[in-house]
This record gives sequence, C-alpha cells and structure tokens, in this order.
Amino acid sequence: MPMRETLILVIGLTTVLTIANLIAGILSWRAPKPLSSTLVNLNQRINAWWVMVLAITVAMFLGRRAMTILFALISFAALREFVTLTHNRRSDHWVLLGMFGIIIPFQYWLVWTAWYGLFTIFIPVYCFLLMPAITALHGDTERFLERVSAQQWAVMISVYCVSHVPALLTLELPGFEGRNLLLIAFLIITVQGSDVLQYIFGKLFGRHLLSPDVSPSKTWEGLIGGLAASSLLGALLSFLTPFSPLQAAGVAFIACLMGFLGGLVASAIKRDQGVKDWGHLIEGHGGMMDRADSLVFAAPVFFHTVRYFWT
Amino acid sequence: MTKLHIRANTFTLLQTMTSVGLSALAWAVTGVRPIWSGSEPSDRQRIYFANHASHGDFILLSACLSEKERARTHAVAAAEYWGKSRLRRFIAQDMLSSVLIHRQWTDETQNPISIMLSVLDEGHSLIIFPEGTRNMTDEALLPFRSGLYNLSMARPDVELIPCWIENMSRVLPKGQFVPVPLLCRVVFGAPVAIAPGEERRAFLDRARQTLLALNPRPPRHDVEMWNPAIRKTSRDQKSLEHRSRSDIRHDAPGDD
Repeated sequence: MPMRETLILVIGLTTVLTIANLIAGILSWRAPKPLSSTLVNLNQRINAWWVMVLAITVAMFLGRRAMTILFALISFAALREFVTLTHNRRSDHWVLLGMFGIIIPFQYWLVWTAWYGLFTIFIPVYCFLLMPAITALHGDTERFLERVSAQQWAVMISVYCVSHVPALLTLELPGFEGRNLLLIAFLIITVQGSDVLQYIFGKLFGRHLLSPDVSPSKTWEGLIGGLAASSLLGALLSFLTPFSPLQAAGVAFIACLMGFLGGLVASAIKRDQGVKDWGHLIEGHGGMMDRADSLVFAAPVFFHTVRYFWT
Repeated sequence: MTKLHIRANTFTLLQTMTSVGLSALAWAVTGVRPIWSGSEPSDRQRIYFANHASHGDFILLSACLSEKERARTHAVAAAEYWGKSRLRRFIAQDMLSSVLIHRQWTDETQNPISIMLSVLDEGHSLIIFPEGTRNMTDEALLPFRSGLYNLSMARPDVELIPCWIENMSRVLPKGQFVPVPLLCRVVFGAPVAIAPGEERRAFLDRARQTLLALNPRPPRHDVEMWNPAIRKTSRDQKSLEHRSRSDIRHDAPGDD
C-alpha cells in the first residue's frame, strides 16, 4: 500500500467533495424552500459520493482481498438489477441461481488466484455455451433466444466486465510492484470524474444533442469538453501510474470514451425496458448500474491496454 | 387446530429473532423497498391485503413494516398446508406467528372469519391474501374470495390497505426453495372501504382492481411484443413517453 499517493488521493477527494458540499449548501441556502427536486437530488448525490469514496478508500487500505470482495458485491448488485429488468420464466430458475451462486464466486476466485487464462474465457466460452444448454434441457422454448441473450448480456456486463477492475491487481508491471491498487484508483477517478465533467460541460455549453432517442442529457459539447477535461485529469494523476503524463492522458482518454459508450448503451437498454433507473440502491443516483455503467465498459479495455503495452 | 396461539401483544424471543432475521434476509436478497403511494406507515389497526404467488410474499411485506408494527401484524395462512406436520406448524405459529385458518371447514370453531375477528379484537393487524391460494396462472390476480368483505363488514374501523408485491413470484416460485436475488418493491396503496350499500361482489372486484392498479410495471403483453404491426405502434408510444419523461428530466441532474 503506497502511503504517500494514497494520502494525496484521500486529501484530494475530500477537498473536491467538501467544495461540492459547500456549493450545494450555498445553492440550497439561497434557493426558495421547499427545495426543488434538482437540489434535493444534488445533495443526495454528493452524500452518496462520500459513501462510495469511503467504501473504496477502506478497501484500498485493506488491500487486495477486500478490493476483490468489494467488486464481487458490486457485481452481485449489478447482476441483480440487470436480471430484474429482463424477461425470464419459471424454468430459468436454476440458470439464474447459477449466475449468482456459481458464476460470480468462481469468476472472482479466478481473479483472486490470478488465473489469467481461465479468467478471460470462463464466461465468454464456458458460460456462453453451457447456460443456453441448461435452458434447452429444461425444455421451455418460449422466447428462448430472447431469454438466453439477456442472460448472456447480464453476466458479461455485470460480472465479466466488472471483474476486470480487481483483475488489475494481478498484472505484473515491471517497476510498479505492490502499487497496482493505485491503477484502480486512477481508472475509477478518471472514468467517474469524466461522467461528472461531461455532465457539467453539457449543462454549461450543451447545444447539440448527441443521440436524442437514447438519452436526453448527452450533448456533443458535454462529450468533447468532458473527455478533454478528464484526459487532463488523467495526465495530472500520472503520478499514480507507471505511465508518463502524456501516456496517462491517452489511457484516460480511451477509458473515458469507453465509459461514455457504456453510459449510452446502458441508457438504450433502460429505454427499451421502459425504466428511468436500474434500481434504487444508491440514493439520488438510482441503482448500482446507473453509477457503474461507464466503469463496466472502460474496465476491460483499460485492463488490456495496460496489459498489452506495460507488461 | 381449534385454538389460537397468539401470545399477548408481543413476540416471543424466537418470533422476534425470526422476524429480524427474515427481514434482513429479505433485504439482502431482494433489496426490498416500500413505496407508500396513497397511505403512510401508521400505528392504526390494519388489514393488509396483497397478491400471492410465493411463500416469500408475507416476509417481504412485513419486512416493509416498522419493528413495532411487525410485532403485531400476523399473516393469515392455510391450516391445510401449514398445519399438516408438526414442523410446519412450528414454523408457521412459533416462528412466524401466523394465524392458521381452514379453507374447508365444518366445525363452527374452525370458522375462519371468527378466528380472524378474534385476532383483530386483540388489537392485532392482519396480512391476508384474498386470492385464497398462491396464484400460478398467467393471470395477474385471481378473483378475490369473500373474506375481505366479511371482515370489513364486521370491523369497519380497521383500514384495508392494498399492497402490490412485485417480482416475488420470480424470486421464489412455487416449488422452489432457494431464492434468486431480484429487486422487489411493495407498493402500499390508499385504503379501500366498502361504500354504503355496496354489494359483496362489486366490492371485491373493486378491491381487486385497486390492487392491480398499484403494479408499477404492468406486464407488456406478449402479442404486443411479437406482433410487428402492434409492436411498431407500441414503440411509437414508448418514444412519446420518453419525450414527456425527458421534459421532466431536463432539469434533473441526470447524467445517465
């Protein structure tokens, strides 16, 4: 656990959130009472950020085991939200149970033991083939392809993709030994920061909707401003990583672009299912997937970028 | 099974532990959250009536009540099922503090209405499933049995609260014992009361409709999903909904 960098992170995040609290406090104080839903939501969101930062900081201090367990729990919450939204039938009961009871623990056990070979193919090969086989053996063919596809998507998104975050701890980067936890901090701060920055730039300068059918809040101005700012943020955080500042900006750019696409795909799924949020786990934000959608898309690409160029 | 074993106003230690444990389990598995839409949590005496598709239904519902309310709210269960063996009766009465009634009865001491009334008269609240059995059909809700009407006629001061339990049939379908973790909500609606001069059947149908209307995500009909002609219009409607929803969301700090 590299103390100096962690301390800088904790101080930095505390400062940012305190400033956010101050701004929201001043806005709420000056606003007419009762507060508009926007302000109430803003306050809830900032409070939830405190909790999330606290959870990840504690996991950072406790080390690799705690981080792996934390992300297994995040997978559980995300998978639960995903499966709740999709169509399934009574005959799917055992497949669904297997997703929670076998796939999540096994995938994270593979992360824990750093069994890279099986970690990358367990879900895309074995679960991909065996889950529909089990469904077929149950003999219920109604809306078969729809059910099977939704199950594949559920485990790929909420287990496979999410597990790439703690898998960063298994990478052996020359000259960076014992500091991999900082890579997780780098990924989460840039990607989640990018979400917030895209939102702020969109609110300040947003004119042109990017995909009005999918999301009413994503604009070109928000995307470009947010990506530029979060790449800059990545460069500033390069002291956490084995990257040079320029490399860090490039890696952050790729991760945040993937994060943006993740948010877009998650929005499309929600629109298709006719819901506004994935769930209600995080006060003010919606469900776990509402917060993690960008991380889900960014994590595997970030993982493989680092693995390919730096190991 | 002729005599009731309702112990005073408080739970035994076993019942308290069971109730706390099951509520925690219900939260861990389903993240259950109450939605009070038309009524509020209160210490008034109530009859909660809900849709029924799973053994977990009443656990989910009582997990939404406060500790104090839970201690005086009893689920009404079928003696034919829960009284069958000593183990089942132990679970139903000594652990879950349910009220067992016979659906088929001959002896007047087994009259379900008088058993339920005697529980109400001790100041307790009830959870009842007016469909009379777990619903295994594709129908969202079976026709109601008369109990709700009879209870309300006899004790008009007790509030009848409709409660829609979402998803529980998917979490723990009939015949399964291991629950699948899925998100559940319980929607508590506005109290229903018998209107002056309202007929039994009319009241029961109205209560049923009120309960159905609480479903926050009514099932999309299969025909609509698979018939391309209808699907097109339904998609148009959906995009209309989005537009109106997006109007609401423009001022909300949503960054989805």
